[in-house]
Amino acid sequence: MAVTSPALVPEARVQSAAGRRRFSVDRILSPLLLAPSAVVIFIFVYGFIGYTFFVSLTNWKSAKPDLVIHRPVGAIYPDLFGQTRFQIDLRNTLVFTVAFLIMAVLGGLGLAILLDRHVRGSGFFRSVFLFPYALSFITTGVAWRWIFNPETGINLLIDATGINAILAANGSEPLKPGWITDPSVVWQLNGPIAAVFPPAAEWSLKLGVPVAMIAVAVAAAWQLSGFAMAMFLAGLGTISHEVREAASLDGASDYRLYKDVIIPLLNPITVSVLIILTHVSLKIFDLVFAMSGKGPGFATDVPGIFVYEMIFRAQRYNLGAAAAIVMLVAVSIVIVPYLARQLKTL
Amino acid sequence: MAPAPRTYSPRKKSRIGRYVVYALLVAATLFYLMPVYVMVANGLKDKTYMTLSDMWRLPLYLNGGGFPLAWDVLSPSLWASVRMVIPATIGSALLGAVNGYLLSKWKFRGSDVIFTLILFGMFIPYQAVLIPLIRTLNLIGLYGSWQGLALVHIIYGIPITSLIFRNYFANVPTELVEAARIDGAGLIQTFFQIMLPLSVPAFVVVGIFQFTNIWNDFLFGVTVVFNPADQPVTVALNNLNGTTSVDWTVVMAAAVISALPTALVYILLGRFFIRGLLAGSMKG
Repeated sequence: MAVTSPALVPEARVQSAAGRRRFSVDRILSPLLLAPSAVVIFIFVYGFIGYTFFVSLTNWKSAKPDLVIHRPVGAIYPDLFGQTRFQIDLRNTLVFTVAFLIMAVLGGLGLAILLDRHVRGSGFFRSVFLFPYALSFITTGVAWRWIFNPETGINLLIDATGINAILAANGSEPLKPGWITDPSVVWQLNGPIAAVFPPAAEWSLKLGVPVAMIAVAVAAAWQLSGFAMAMFLAGLGTISHEVREAASLDGASDYRLYKDVIIPLLNPITVSVLIILTHVSLKIFDLVFAMSGKGPGFATDVPGIFVYEMIFRAQRYNLGAAAAIVMLVAVSIVIVPYLARQLKTL
Repeated sequence: MAPAPRTYSPRKKSRIGRYVVYALLVAATLFYLMPVYVMVANGLKDKTYMTLSDMWRLPLYLNGGGFPLAWDVLSPSLWASVRMVIPATIGSALLGAVNGYLLSKWKFRGSDVIFTLILFGMFIPYQAVLIPLIRTLNLIGLYGSWQGLALVHIIYGIPITSLIFRNYFANVPTELVEAARIDGAGLIQTFFQIMLPLSVPAFVVVGIFQFTNIWNDFLFGVTVVFNPADQPVTVALNNLNGTTSVDWTVVMAAAVISALPTALVYILLGRFFIRGLLAGSMKG
């Protein structure tokens, strides 16, 4: 790795004549003391990723390790992308990410703007909205699993509104959504695409919005919108009073003040929030695992669950490793430019 | 309703606007507390008196509901979690303190690149390291044990703890380090005599943040440890969640019990928790 040999540091850099000998010892000491952590991370992160990639290229698909390279090299990847289940997982991740980001970011921004207005008890409200962040995804999944259980939870509240009594009186079906148990995929694009691209009619993947995934996104937004709120509040705290005052004096309404002045000033924070939450949503695993699992017809299956099942249940190590590498690449596309930008500011 | 007067100072917002703000905040509060209510109220219910269609009602009798049974089922895992989380939190905090000090006050050529490469480790999907991780733990005889799980958390905690400590130490005036150097103190003495005593707040922030992260982990817990008695409480809760042999009241009570330690830390030390969270997400 890029550990610069301390001996190469020019002597001229040593400024303090008094502590010269001491200082040059410390120059060697610093990389030396950092080395254990750095080496461990390079092995456990980069080395292990390399090993997982290697496994994805092998024949290893049973309890017994088989580290012979599978020919043609890399054939597991077209295999993986050809599987309907994995295609569904990618579709679900896309739908989940969009729905979750909209709810968590807009929700977090909305709450931050409400709390930015010097309301009484803002400390209490902030603590309540951030509270779910301190819970585990498993706890959140358990709670929301029951809330979105069609036999209880939300559907009891729908009954309580009296809508279903009216529907029953008119001889209609009651309004009783299946939520996380609903296998349906709405807004399907297969038909329209097939009109221009006939092979699409043969696709086993239903390209559309799996309804159950939206319910999972609500639970995820409940848990993580407080994080977005905390980030936005930190950003709002750095916007000086003069900026607001000046906009007010110009006669800007509150709406204009936020839309034209404050929200644009928050852009760097918004980008960070989007990047962090997108990477969370690409990795999502425990929440879905506890809340709905694969779901009916893989309606809530995600790559995280796919990898777990392939490796630990089906023992198809090469396929699980390949899917894990796909997850890693997706996360890297979001995170690496972010880290590269951070490095420049160091 | 009378329209809000057009000329107002920013201090004197319209009364209606205020009411709308409070109404929205109260509505949001109800939404955020709703799952908490569901867990606590249903955990306290006794299923002899109440059914699933009573989910939104308060418990009829306060006889503990599902809590006694949930406690019996969860207590071994609670102990397993506590035993594993404490050394893991301390270990990752200590390594983070050393790394953060070196990366902020003793930069060398390439140290920023190394720091960035270390940081990447906190974003990866851990699925991408599980197979070699388990093989390695097996090799060193730690696969399946709580010590192995603690070690895993220490290692994968290094990026976040190094980041928080680095940002903390970066704000400590470099003059302090230089003054110590003139007095003849070296890198190690400066760390123990000057930086460590200053870093108590950073240790609190990192400690709380790592305690929460490690306590809430599921993926490592379910894959690295296989003996049920040694699995962390998130795994025990999920197992309970998946069985049909226990009542929903027990599952809800178990959810509350397993969340209690991090919830209490949050309620009592929320201030530090927010600092860790903001430090962990870097500066925008």
